[in-house]
Amino acid sequence: MFSLIRSMWLVFLHMFHKRETYQYPEEKAPLPARWRGRIALTRDPDGGERCVGCYLCAAACPVDCISLQAAEAPDGRRYPSFFRINFSRCIFCGFCEEACPTYAIQLLPDFEMAEYNRQNLVYEKEDLTINSQGKYPGYNYYKVAGMTISGKDKGEAAKEEPPVDIKSLLP
Amino acid sequence: MATIYIDNKAYTVKDGRNLLEVCLQLGINLPYFCWHPSLGSVGACRQCAIKVFKDEDDKKGRIMMSCMEPVRDNVRISVDDSEAAAFREHVIGWLMTNHPHDCAVCDEGGSCHLQDMTVMTGHSYRDYRFTKRTYRNQDLGPFLNHEMNRCIQCYRCVRFYKDYAGGKDLDVFAAHNHVYFGRQQPGRLENEFSGNLAEVCPTGVFTDKTLKSHYTRKWDMTYAPSVCQGCSLGCNTVAGERYGSIRQITSRYNGEVNGYFLCDRGRYGYEFVNSPQRIHQPAIRPHHNGTPSSDWIVAQAADKLRNGKAIGIGSPRASLESNFALRQLVGADHFYIGMSDMEHDHTALALKILRDGPVRTPSLHEVEKADMVLILGEDLTNTAPMLALAVRQAVRQEPMQDAIQTVHIAEWQDAAVREAMQDKKGPLFILHTFPTKLDELAARTQRGAPDNLARIAFAVSHALGAEIPAVNGLNDEERELVKEIVQALEAAERPLVISGYGSGNDAYMKAAANITWALHKKGKQPMLSLTVPECNSLGLEMLGGHRLDSALDVLRHGDADTLVILENDLYRRADKHIVDEMFRLAKEVIVVDHLYNPTAERATLILPAGTFAEADGTIVNNEGRAQRYYQVYVPKDQVQESWRWFLQIAEKAGIPRLNGLQNLDDIVWAMTVAVPALESIQELAPAADFRMAGQKIPREPHRYSGRTAMLANENVSEPKPPEDVDTPLSFTMEGFRGEPPAPLIPFFWSPGWNSVQSVNKFQSEIGGALHGGDPGKRLLEAHVNGRIPFFTEAPEPFVPMPGHVHLMPIYHIFGSDELSMHTSGIAGGAPEPFVIYLNPEDLHQWGASPGTWVNFEVDDHPYTMAVEANNWLPRGIAALNAGIRGAEVVDMPQCIRFSNVRTETI
Amino acid sequence: MQQAVNYWWIIGGVLFVLLNTAAGLIWLERRMLALWQDRYGPNRAGPFGLFIVLADTIKLFFKEDWIPPFADKIVFVFAPAVVVASVLMSFAVIPFGPNVLVADFNIGLLFFLAMSSIGVYSVVLGGWASNNKYSLLGAMRGASQMISYEVFMGLALMGVVLLSGTFNLREIVEAQRGMWYIIPQFLGFVIFLIAGVAETHRLPFDIPEAESELVAGFHAEYSGMKFGMFFIGEYLGITLVSSMIVTLYFGGWLGPAFLPGVVWFILKTFVFISLFILLRASMPRPRYDQLMEYGWKVLFPLSLLNLLATAAIILILK
Repeated sequence: MFSLIRSMWLVFLHMFHKRETYQYPEEKAPLPARWRGRIALTRDPDGGERCVGCYLCAAACPVDCISLQAAEAPDGRRYPSFFRINFSRCIFCGFCEEACPTYAIQLLPDFEMAEYNRQNLVYEKEDLTINSQGKYPGYNYYKVAGMTISGKDKGEAAKEEPPVDIKSLLP
Repeated sequence: MATIYIDNKAYTVKDGRNLLEVCLQLGINLPYFCWHPSLGSVGACRQCAIKVFKDEDDKKGRIMMSCMEPVRDNVRISVDDSEAAAFREHVIGWLMTNHPHDCAVCDEGGSCHLQDMTVMTGHSYRDYRFTKRTYRNQDLGPFLNHEMNRCIQCYRCVRFYKDYAGGKDLDVFAAHNHVYFGRQQPGRLENEFSGNLAEVCPTGVFTDKTLKSHYTRKWDMTYAPSVCQGCSLGCNTVAGERYGSIRQITSRYNGEVNGYFLCDRGRYGYEFVNSPQRIHQPAIRPHHNGTPSSDWIVAQAADKLRNGKAIGIGSPRASLESNFALRQLVGADHFYIGMSDMEHDHTALALKILRDGPVRTPSLHEVEKADMVLILGEDLTNTAPMLALAVRQAVRQEPMQDAIQTVHIAEWQDAAVREAMQDKKGPLFILHTFPTKLDELAARTQRGAPDNLARIAFAVSHALGAEIPAVNGLNDEERELVKEIVQALEAAERPLVISGYGSGNDAYMKAAANITWALHKKGKQPMLSLTVPECNSLGLEMLGGHRLDSALDVLRHGDADTLVILENDLYRRADKHIVDEMFRLAKEVIVVDHLYNPTAERATLILPAGTFAEADGTIVNNEGRAQRYYQVYVPKDQVQESWRWFLQIAEKAGIPRLNGLQNLDDIVWAMTVAVPALESIQELAPAADFRMAGQKIPREPHRYSGRTAMLANENVSEPKPPEDVDTPLSFTMEGFRGEPPAPLIPFFWSPGWNSVQSVNKFQSEIGGALHGGDPGKRLLEAHVNGRIPFFTEAPEPFVPMPGHVHLMPIYHIFGSDELSMHTSGIAGGAPEPFVIYLNPEDLHQWGASPGTWVNFEVDDHPYTMAVEANNWLPRGIAALNAGIRGAEVVDMPQCIRFSNVRTETI
Repeated sequence: MQQAVNYWWIIGGVLFVLLNTAAGLIWLERRMLALWQDRYGPNRAGPFGLFIVLADTIKLFFKEDWIPPFADKIVFVFAPAVVVASVLMSFAVIPFGPNVLVADFNIGLLFFLAMSSIGVYSVVLGGWASNNKYSLLGAMRGASQMISYEVFMGLALMGVVLLSGTFNLREIVEAQRGMWYIIPQFLGFVIFLIAGVAETHRLPFDIPEAESELVAGFHAEYSGMKFGMFFIGEYLGITLVSSMIVTLYFGGWLGPAFLPGVVWFILKTFVFISLFILLRASMPRPRYDQLMEYGWKVLFPLSLLNLLATAAIILILK
């Protein structure tokens, strides 16, 4: 019983505390770097697209609002030939970012994307791609994966042996 | 039956299997790599380790490979044992030391057996921090992508490619931990079953290259159970669609038909569905402004039918339903079978032999169990590829049974059995004009003119006691061969005779029938397999109709002036001058087809039909097995099933024969009423109102993605999902999540089993039938107790006709099929059109040299072709590549006359 | 009693003030809650965000007046009217000032109890007519909760009646000229306050609504102005219970003479309304069985005890 009264009293005292509210349009809230807002497709340190079109983001998306088509460029890099996010469906849960094996898809601290026309909330690859590495500078997927791309032959990725000479019988 | 104890629980299981099969069959998740139900066990991957205990008191046990241990009564094993589980996890861990980090860019990801097994064993963290081995890849041609880094050395690829499918150009190279699976030189894989490597490989070393060109993960495709349209065997397939195009064909397990595999024509021949030559909108000539609406065009078609005297031309590549709808639309008296005369004769003969004769035609599964095979006039690899693969297995039967008897090992002990068998082969005899890929397995082959070879076969049947006159005039060698074949046939328990349309000579089929019938009379259990030209040839023949050449007569007499052509390019059915005349005589030509072809070019009204992927239908394979294929997706534009167009036209035109029919079940019902022979088609698959737990069966996996974005570029408001009124399948991911009945399985998936290996969960016995029986209904059963209608007339010995050559067809797996040629990889493997092959001496006699143009006449109509030498052709016989796109002479066999020979080289 | 002001004016004035209070409480509650949660609350529309009331009202009026096809239509419409009507009727007996009251009943207190019992019907009927399992559950909870707490409420009030010797509310106020009944009847006040919260099914006793478990309980299917009636009914209920507390225990309109009695009454009432809101801001919702147990095992004996003790003391003092 006393605790009830005490908690009522404590709540009452909050009347004299400082307000936490940001008076939003006039006063912007500081967003942490890992804030889950607008989704973007980032780039490698060498400027190439990070997205390899693996479909994991689409599979992870609980509202199924990501759709893409994987393709392969002549240089061996995979890329999405289109990449579409329907932000009118997106719930900004960040599962896509967690699922992404290449750090390509990242949620940015930006939420000011309201539109009067719902159709404008459908973002294509051109709208999503940014010219930045986002939160993971220095990461380059193809430096880790063993596929050949132009400029990186077999055995040149991180922690790889040179290609096996299959004609050799030496141990 | 044996009782075994798994983790102290007793199970009663079948004898003769290995413990891995038994565990999988009991639903116990046990990881494996090198074992495959069709390839047997070799114990190479060390993944399926279990504990085996000596007796009840043995607490320690020994770790053993379950795939190498036969079921013994009262054996006590443990799958959950912590040591065995740790062993399995470590094996995966070691495999993973060299497996690259590229699942994201690997086409196998999401349907990868290695991924599944890694999760299953619980290996979730890579301890290995050192360098990884790498390999250079090879270009393996248009069908398969090679990425050797991913290899886990399970040897499944070479075991399938070399041992199972008889390929020569894929092998294992190098030594110790550097072994390399590939070709000696980069280049196109030569075997016709190479595509199966994509399914056999447990990881992403071999992946489907056509899939890669429009890559979609397994979970993202809309699937439907389908049936291959590539040849007459009717292999079961799963067709997957995404964004309105077919992305991949995989094998749909059917224990009776194709089992686990498909040929490359079937696997890759799907791209015509996505072809830019597809007809998407109805059209009318002279051209109408804008795109006509379907109502308007149906009214136009109905007008044309009402005003004219219409005849319908069916198609052996269209479903029974579509052919039947056309037959009813124009009336049975005005329905013509849209096959060339040769195709029609052969198919009709095959139907007669199978229906009236006392011998049963085997399924492909039964073919594999045959212990003696006689092939008459057929290059199976090119006319019925999966049958050739089955024959390869059949040839192993006799020596394998010997080995099993003498060395006392089980059939699934693959390496040991092959070691014991060495190079021994069962009896296989091939009588064919040309060499075939199966020749390497044959005990004896014989070449010559088709008529002469057929005479040998007739002589065999006579020797076996067929009630036919003796065949005289065989030479000593031939008599010796006859004796040899007769001996082999009589020695065999399950002899199989295969013949068909492959040489364009029906004497082969008659001889084959005579041989098996004579064996049957002797109390044997022979099997007779006959190939027919196309996927629904036999079905169309059962439906019945007039010959195509009589359609020309009807047009000539003015009894008809309107042609309704169903999914058929008539230029493939008769020589060009004949078809040209037909179109000249016809006032109106209504074409219902999916691809723009020379026939569509002559149409006055075109209606866009659905392909196998956009339509529901039933087709009948060479075994007389009716099989249903299901619509995979709802096409854009105005494409719909051919039968649906006909139903709509009939309604508009007020034709009572199709009155009140609306959907698939209606037309199937009407068809079975009209054609009693097709009655059991009604029981082929559950009707459209079938529900499981009140729900439809979803075509999409539960992880299907992008539903709210894939069409958002067109309109952010998602449209209502399409409804399927014809089948119990739904076009969405919503619906019953359990196991559907066998004919309705859209894709194989089971929790923890994302790869095709999940089919284990759908079988009532590993490698046996699917739960509830394999889909499909045999419409033809042997007529056992009647008088045997032997074919008494053996052909006369072949004598070249002066001034003429006899044309025979050569079929090619890549090229002879109309639709698969729209896949660039298949077209790339196709032979040249416009080439006529001749015996070099004939060539010399005609004064032509190889590579020059020759002119010749067919019924006084001139044609020009390049000439090439072919040493296998007897004198007086010429050969043409059959079914090649653009070929103008298609009616074979026939006699042609050379008019003049130009000597200019090409 | 003097006839100072025309009855019709009083009735009109009371209705006007009450309905506006109820509407204003929308704003007040949200502002106060915000205050105690370190926020501002509605502060954009109009001065101090007061127009939020207008906006809310407009919204409620313009919402689709939807009656679910599976509902019992007549009862469904009838139920929200009951709550507003019964509460408004109760106000008839409350003396807002020495001369400002609608009906000077000599059984005013009983009338109040009767009316608050009728309020149960709206909850039960609303939940029943909605034909929805959550609504029905809410209604059943509401019925048992309100009926139970009615008992202690009535018993608690008896102490006041014993002291003043009358059921007439005006006379009860007059009787407090010497000493507000909060002092002799503190226990009674506490019980009445708790029972009052339960009667109005306000937090923490909003078990019939309990949005986290019953969606919205008895009014889950309501929308538009019919929902608005429940809404208004609830705020009127708060006002009513606050007024009753003031009348019975805090001397009604009595107060230093520098302000007129009505103002005193309103000020005191406002304090208790704020207390209601503070309760909402600070208390967690008890489990349903806890609520009933608390009522019957604690409050019921206590209220009996209170009644006995009061009676005994009065007897001794006589």
